[in-house]
Amino acid sequence: MSATTLFGLCGALLVGVGIYGLVVNPQPLRKILSFNLIGSGVFLLFGVVARRGAALGMGGDPVPQALVITGIVVAFSATALAVALLLRLHDASGTASLTTKESPEPSDT
Amino acid sequence: MNMAPLVDGSLVVLILAVAIWTIAVRDSFAAVVGYAIYGLMLALAWVRLAAIDAALTEAAIGGGLTGVLLIRAAVRLRPTESVVAGDSPAWFVKALAAVLAGAVSLALAVVVLTLPEPAPTLAPQVAEHIASTGLGNAVTAVLLAFRATDTLLEAVVLVFALIAVWSLAPDRFWGGRPGQHYHLEANGMLAYLARLLPPLGIVVAIYVFWVGADLPGGKFQAGTLLAAMWLLAIMAGLTDVPEVRLVWVRIALVTGSAVFLIIGFAGVPFAGAFLAYPEGYAKPLILIIEAASMLSIAVTLALLVLGPPERRGQS
Amino acid sequence: MSQLLDLWSIVAVSAGVFFFLAGTVGLLRFPDTLTRLHALTKADNLGLGLVVLGLLPRVSSPLAGLKLVCVWLLVLLAGAIASQLIARTAHRSGPKA
Repeated sequence: MSATTLFGLCGALLVGVGIYGLVVNPQPLRKILSFNLIGSGVFLLFGVVARRGAALGMGGDPVPQALVITGIVVAFSATALAVALLLRLHDASGTASLTTKESPEPSDT
Repeated sequence: MNMAPLVDGSLVVLILAVAIWTIAVRDSFAAVVGYAIYGLMLALAWVRLAAIDAALTEAAIGGGLTGVLLIRAAVRLRPTESVVAGDSPAWFVKALAAVLAGAVSLALAVVVLTLPEPAPTLAPQVAEHIASTGLGNAVTAVLLAFRATDTLLEAVVLVFALIAVWSLAPDRFWGGRPGQHYHLEANGMLAYLARLLPPLGIVVAIYVFWVGADLPGGKFQAGTLLAAMWLLAIMAGLTDVPEVRLVWVRIALVTGSAVFLIIGFAGVPFAGAFLAYPEGYAKPLILIIEAASMLSIAVTLALLVLGPPERRGQS
Repeated sequence: MSQLLDLWSIVAVSAGVFFFLAGTVGLLRFPDTLTRLHALTKADNLGLGLVVLGLLPRVSSPLAGLKLVCVWLLVLLAGAIASQLIARTAHRSGPKA
């Protein structure tokens, strides 16, 4: 198995790990983290496609590489927005839970 | 003896182990630190995939800036952590999530194993036309010439994201300073580092920007470095965050997109299409766009890390 | 001459890797923050320094060698200051595991 395929499988597994964390972890911050794991797994798949397109002395197809670079920056801005929303929720409600409860006090579990 | 499979194999195992640890560990602060390490490991994977530009971006943004952003959030959310941890879903939800995650991974793995052979590539087209841009780095040529619209839209998206973050500010702090105030510890090590490192960091950033035309590097990586230097000075207390209502902050934020748009529209009369460069002027125009974008990206990224305004201007 | 340089690279990089290994084992096994930091400095400073020294004869140009040395110096600076900040925080919050 070539190294490129190996990293492709790594990207596929990272997406899976991220999805599991996104669903299972109750903490919003950890959900944001998991979402970033999914994103980085997808980027890695892009990297594999780019690497397979290596030709004419270029280490890889530069078009997917460029897309990944813009993708990483946009993913960061989305993360920053998500974190800002989360901190605002925390400031406004005193909790960072995503579950809606009947009573405002968070100590019923 | 060829050691490359061993290196790649260990790297993949390490990346997956850190990723799993990041979602499994109880303490959110530890998870966030794990994520920063994960970003650096991933940068190594990008090096192995011969995508040095992406590796630099991933290390600077995925490991560095995202790490700072999430660590600040984790510290602020720490008091609520044990409460929210009680909301853990039931076992069947976990089992279903595992099945779903496994299915997606399996599907993607099948796709990876059955990618078409020979692989489709745009590298020959890039190689054919790169001479007309005067650039040596194919990725920069794609970002600033062949797919410049994407890059322009992305610069605008960054500004929109910042507007969205600012709009979360409570009314009374609108236009104020983002984030907490950091107290300067005049003889502290952090203040020492914040005095020593920025001159070096700025030189390195300009170098990364300048070589980006021909070698791996460019405005994103350089802008991130500049943002990091500014954040370091702010967090050491050497300087305070500017009020977001200030005119120069607003101008700094939009300069990159504005220059990009002006040169793009100038392409209509002078070169026949939006974002087309006149014959022979491609490289200088690209460098102007990159320089303006670098400064705007630096200010935008740093302010995205700092979050919405939380203080009055005078405090 | 080139064989001698190869030998030097192998010896220096191996020694550097050994210090990284020792530092990592220390980081995982030592009981508290301060001793763990002590272990880390061996990996950061000495290990990376030896790796850089081992790679220096193999660079293509003096400029690349200068970059390598700069990387080492910056890691020294960052490592020393981060260690100091962590140690001070650990010291203030009292001895903990």
